[in-house]
Amino acid sequence: MSHHLLEFKDVRFRYPDGTEALKGVSFLITHGESVGIVGANGAGKSTVLLHTNGHLLPTSGAVTVGEVPLRKETRQEIRRKVGVVFQNPDDQLFMPTVFDDVAFGPLNLGLPPDRVRERVHDALRQVNSLAVLDKPPHHLSGGEKSAVAIATVIAMKPDILVMDEPAASLDPKSRRSVIGLLNSFAHSKIVASHDLDLILDVCARCLVIRDGAIIADGPAPEILSDATLLAENNLELPLTLQGRPAWRGTCR
Amino acid sequence: MSLEAAYSGIGRLDRLSYRDTVVHRLDPRAKVVATLLFVVVVVSFPKYEVLSLLPFFLFPVLIGALGGIPAGFIAKKVVAVSPFAVFVGIFNPLIDPATVAIAPGVAVSAGWVSFASILVKFALTISAALLLIATTSFPGICRGLRRLGLPALFVSQLLFLYRYLFVLVEEAMRVVRARDMRSFGKGSTGVRVFVRIVGTLFLRTVERAERIYGAMLARGFRGDLPSMRREALRPSDAVFVLAAGGFFALCRFVPVPQRIGSLLQGLAG
Repeated sequence: MSHHLLEFKDVRFRYPDGTEALKGVSFLITHGESVGIVGANGAGKSTVLLHTNGHLLPTSGAVTVGEVPLRKETRQEIRRKVGVVFQNPDDQLFMPTVFDDVAFGPLNLGLPPDRVRERVHDALRQVNSLAVLDKPPHHLSGGEKSAVAIATVIAMKPDILVMDEPAASLDPKSRRSVIGLLNSFAHSKIVASHDLDLILDVCARCLVIRDGAIIADGPAPEILSDATLLAENNLELPLTLQGRPAWRGTCR
Repeated sequence: MSLEAAYSGIGRLDRLSYRDTVVHRLDPRAKVVATLLFVVVVVSFPKYEVLSLLPFFLFPVLIGALGGIPAGFIAKKVVAVSPFAVFVGIFNPLIDPATVAIAPGVAVSAGWVSFASILVKFALTISAALLLIATTSFPGICRGLRRLGLPALFVSQLLFLYRYLFVLVEEAMRVVRARDMRSFGKGSTGVRVFVRIVGTLFLRTVERAERIYGAMLARGFRGDLPSMRREALRPSDAVFVLAAGGFFALCRFVPVPQRIGSLLQGLAG
């Protein structure tokens, strides 16, 4: 199924202020793959994600989604295929109620009201949030907001799901349920995060990005157990691989 | 009033609007039209009119009672914004010193009468507006306005104002808290610090606006905020608007208090 491909070919990007954020990024993600993107702060993770749905356009190089090359004119088409969940759910949820927010994308796709209602209910059921249907976003807890933010994107039935720190600042239980949620999707997934345990649980493949370039690309368990590589990128071994000795000290 | 207190006031107004009463169930359009009529009629009274305005209090009292809105809460809000009305009218007694008799043997300057008239009109219109929000919810009012023909752009702006007011105030509260924790009671109200805080908030808001716009584009935004709700006007909405309109007309064109007065006199005599 070639239409779920996502390819970056020597993508370079320079911000208007002159910062060169991407210096030739290339990778190919095939159908159903789940890929983690890790790297230090400012390495270029978010810039890569913003290219996947055409929020930013490469200064040079090419991004291809399915068979569609990313250009100004094809952005709308690409946004139907690639759903991006932003890091802060308060930025993602801008409508007065949860229902209106989840319905926003499907309505913009021009679906008839019955289908929109169906999509909203399906999406919220998938993230276990049907109970908050009529609430305004500012009355939700952090975990509920994150779940609803994911629902707003899956309601558009994208081929590829892209997420920036999907579980940042969630309590452990909410984080665990977001991980369960991500694993339940058959979509191709791209997840950028500093939460390496989350990447390990969700992604089979992992890219390491440093200074605007991909410096490692391989199976997630292999990359995430390479302590030297991680340390070079301001990262450390996932906690589950660290093996902490049992507590034997005394409290004073 | 501290920022926290103001915030909890808005939050309470917001929560009240999610109740389910006879008034809450009316169509937003019906309530918007009735409230607008009310405001126009009240403001249309001549400037020395006080007595004829009093029957109009029946409208907010009824809406508040049927909508289960605590009267004390609305009264407090009205008092909180009353300085505006007081400043508008406070010089009337000086500017307008002609004396008028308000009761047999009691005369005051006409300025006091017009001042009282301003205060009554103010209390009436503000309480009606607050009750509209407390019984309709802000998004409901926006939907009503949109369906009454207000341009989509204005309505989108109002909806964003509502959605991000809470986010912005919470952000401001965090910044102010951080300042207070490190200012040890000294200079925490300094103008220079305040100016910087406002600047920080402004920059953060601009950045946030960019991120929100990105999120909107990612989901196919092209200029209008679509809404699924298609409320149909019911007979009860029509009855409400007609009854309210009829009551306003009666009180506007018939001096009700005077009629009641002469009726009572007739009974006594």
